[in-house]
Amino acid sequence: MSTKAAALPRLQEEAYKGAWSWITTVDHKRVGILYGMTAFSFFLIGGMEALIIRTQLAGPEGTVVTAGTFNALFTMHALTMIFLVIMPLGAAFFNYMIPLMIGARDVAFPRLNALSYWVFLTGALFLNVSFLVGTPPDVGWFAYAPLTAKAFSPTHAVDYYIFGLQILGISSMMAGFNFIVTILNMRTPGMTMMRLPVFVWMTLVVQFLVVLAFPIITVGLIFLQFDRFFGTHFYEASAGADPLLWQHLFWLFGHPEVYILILPAMGIVSEVLPTFSHKPLFGAPFVIFSGVLIGFLGFGVWSHHMFTTGLGPVADAAFSTTTMMIAVPTAVKIFNWIATIWGGRIRLTTAMLYALGFIAMFIIGGLSGVMHASPPVDLQQQDSYFVVAHIHYVLFGGSILGLFAGIFYWYPKMTGRLLDERLGKLQFWLQMIALNVTFFPMHFLGVDGMPRRIYTYYGTDGWNGWNMVATIGSYVLGLSVMIFLFNFFRSLRAGKPAGADPWDGATLEWTIPSPPPLYNFARLPVVTSARPFWEVKYASAAQKAQMEKAEKERGADHIHIPPPSYWPIVLAFGMAVFFAGWFFNYYVNVAGVLIVLAATFAWVYEPGH
Amino acid sequence: MSIRRRRFLALLVLAGTCAALAGCEMVSHPRSTISPVSDFGWAIQDVYEQIFWWCVGIFVVVESVLLIAIFRFRVREESHERPEQVHGHTKLEIAWTILPAVILVFIAVPTIRTIFAVAAPAPQDAIRVNVTGEQWFWRFEYPDLGVLTANELHVPVGRPVEVSLHSNNVLHAFWIPRVGGKRDVMPGRTNRQVFTVQKPGLYHGQCAEFCGASHALMRFDLVAEDPTSFDRWVERQKAPPPAPVDARAKEGATTFLTAGCIACHRIQGTPSQSTIGPDLSHVGSRARIASGILDNTPENLARWIHDPQAVKPEAKMIIPKKLSENEIEALVAYLQSLQ
Repeated sequence: MSTKAAALPRLQEEAYKGAWSWITTVDHKRVGILYGMTAFSFFLIGGMEALIIRTQLAGPEGTVVTAGTFNALFTMHALTMIFLVIMPLGAAFFNYMIPLMIGARDVAFPRLNALSYWVFLTGALFLNVSFLVGTPPDVGWFAYAPLTAKAFSPTHAVDYYIFGLQILGISSMMAGFNFIVTILNMRTPGMTMMRLPVFVWMTLVVQFLVVLAFPIITVGLIFLQFDRFFGTHFYEASAGADPLLWQHLFWLFGHPEVYILILPAMGIVSEVLPTFSHKPLFGAPFVIFSGVLIGFLGFGVWSHHMFTTGLGPVADAAFSTTTMMIAVPTAVKIFNWIATIWGGRIRLTTAMLYALGFIAMFIIGGLSGVMHASPPVDLQQQDSYFVVAHIHYVLFGGSILGLFAGIFYWYPKMTGRLLDERLGKLQFWLQMIALNVTFFPMHFLGVDGMPRRIYTYYGTDGWNGWNMVATIGSYVLGLSVMIFLFNFFRSLRAGKPAGADPWDGATLEWTIPSPPPLYNFARLPVVTSARPFWEVKYASAAQKAQMEKAEKERGADHIHIPPPSYWPIVLAFGMAVFFAGWFFNYYVNVAGVLIVLAATFAWVYEPGH
Repeated sequence: MSIRRRRFLALLVLAGTCAALAGCEMVSHPRSTISPVSDFGWAIQDVYEQIFWWCVGIFVVVESVLLIAIFRFRVREESHERPEQVHGHTKLEIAWTILPAVILVFIAVPTIRTIFAVAAPAPQDAIRVNVTGEQWFWRFEYPDLGVLTANELHVPVGRPVEVSLHSNNVLHAFWIPRVGGKRDVMPGRTNRQVFTVQKPGLYHGQCAEFCGASHALMRFDLVAEDPTSFDRWVERQKAPPPAPVDARAKEGATTFLTAGCIACHRIQGTPSQSTIGPDLSHVGSRARIASGILDNTPENLARWIHDPQAVKPEAKMIIPKKLSENEIEALVAYLQSLQ
């Protein structure tokens, strides 16, 4: 539990500078920063896409973009925000915080961790390079067959979708296994499963969802690729297949994916609320179990995305029931969060405001979700702006607000400086108001019969007013993100020094300096409760004396830090070459495979590992 | 300050909801999903209203408790005083697990009842309509009445209608918000929808499943009329259109047959019998053209024939031969005469 690191070797930290050190890094903290920076860049791109969409729809018969461009924009906006922003922003926190929170010096497989980042970057570039060559995916983010067939989408647009998602899937799977092993095997002595912070628990659930859900979309995408490249008929109705197969495969992945997007935010909120209430999380085992249950039930509800496809009343009734069941553990979480702040001493920092905003907004997204869990109601709401409102309350009001809570909460740990609170609060209130001005009217538009994914509408449709309101709101949202960027960069230089424990935290990451040294913990902490740091800080004098005595009796730690490696980026490059081959010829595929094999071989025999 | 702002926001949201609900009853929302005109629409509306009020109730209670908690337990000054460290309360946990489950039963029961009610088979006397979704227009065929038409669906008020939905291309969804929910139109399977429109009028429909470039422009109209008018409409649709009398229209008829239009369109009583594109036998009598997006005026029709892709991106209509302004004018006169 000691935070003294004086006697320790510098462990090559001097050599850890410059671009090359970032390319070859296997340090979980640096990989986390890479994830975060990349994801935030794509947040700006995805936001830009959203603003163009809103500008086009500000009034009837908009002429800002063509139908084709609009269709690409809403497709790419969704793919970007889901796969290149919310998932990797979550990954940034997993990478940076999980080892710190469980008392480890790195993840279980540091090079694999670096590899999953580089492969993620490859996939992200694959998806977005499509803009540069003029054929971005334009079939909607769930790309329903048979619109994706060669007959209806003859260009490479759908291929960028297929390979982009395949590559991102590989990255997520690698990260998934890595974090499962890390959380299960790398816990410091005394960190039992039920002493794990709730954020770590939610991460564990998310990783299981990833490794169970992504193979399903992988299979669906391989079928699609075979249909497009080799003339098979997995989704071809005229050949006797059922295009509905794609929807089943997609949503059997896609619904767990929704929980992959929201559970990290729920984990963050479960850390932030107790800290700023000066209380432990109320009913922590119930919150954890609810998260596990949400993840489990998440695999049994996929057809609620398909109530309009005509699966029949029995299937509709079954999936409606399972979907409603998910509302129970979700409600339990919300009640426990409120009970956590109840009776506490609440400090309304920006991080706390974001966590509270998360609860307030997620309730709205949850309730509209209950509405279309009812198939008859869903027949009206499906594919309308009501659903657009719902998804944005869940993913913006939920995931993004939760992730912002995490950013304001852990930025001091990562940088050693605090983000400016005044700018932070300005950003929060602007965002809260703008988010409701943007997305709440979409409920009304949906109720007024506006379908989603339309690039234009007419003045007589009755949708003018709310569309204009939503567009104005979206610009203010853009402004709030600019304020954050300013705050972020200014605070890097001029923020107040944070110290090791700026928030009076209870978990292990606050026991070490900010930013943490390369080896994280000079000595691995020994944990005796779910709030290890709290127990130390608020121990009685007698307890403290006892702890110090025990600490002295422990011998020095041997610190092993894995050396940097460039094989991860080489391997990722090989994968990029392999997938690029599908756009050129098979020789390129073969070259990619050879690079991957060579890099794997070198990886295995790399000295020092 | 922040609390007041948050409260104000919540009030604003509530007020907005109420205003919108009131607004939807007005004529300014021709595609409202909550002012139904059919039995199907009302069945959905009944469930929706029940769930809606449950949700409003839960919203008000939970958000209020949240706000009260923030308001009551907020501290401004930094101090190291610790509140009581409460870790949990098992009875409370059990209570707030059971409570939402009980509420959900109240939502699930009418839901499941309605699922089966709206899936009931159509009665014997139902008017059957085969609906085909194309990229990007709608084909309506009444197999029992011998009527084939496009983009304008006619039904008699008070009589059940059973639509069978089919596609030979990509997915579409058949949706007339004021009549009821949507159903996907898919290749390889036939979906059904049964409804009885109770109130005469013109209602708007649209494709609700993304189906390619011009998905936004795949609309149609539903004309619900009294049974006598409907029967008259059926008789007129079954008969070939009157032969053109006007010289301009006659010229247009010749252009129609020679310019390549016959490759895709059907006009009864002429050699033009292809059903690839929309049936044009009585196109002059329809309120709108280009699948519900343009009023049926000579100017709009000319604009459409002049450059279909400018009106509807990537529209499949091909004009094999470059038409002169004169020819287009004649074609428009002819098509307008097809009453």
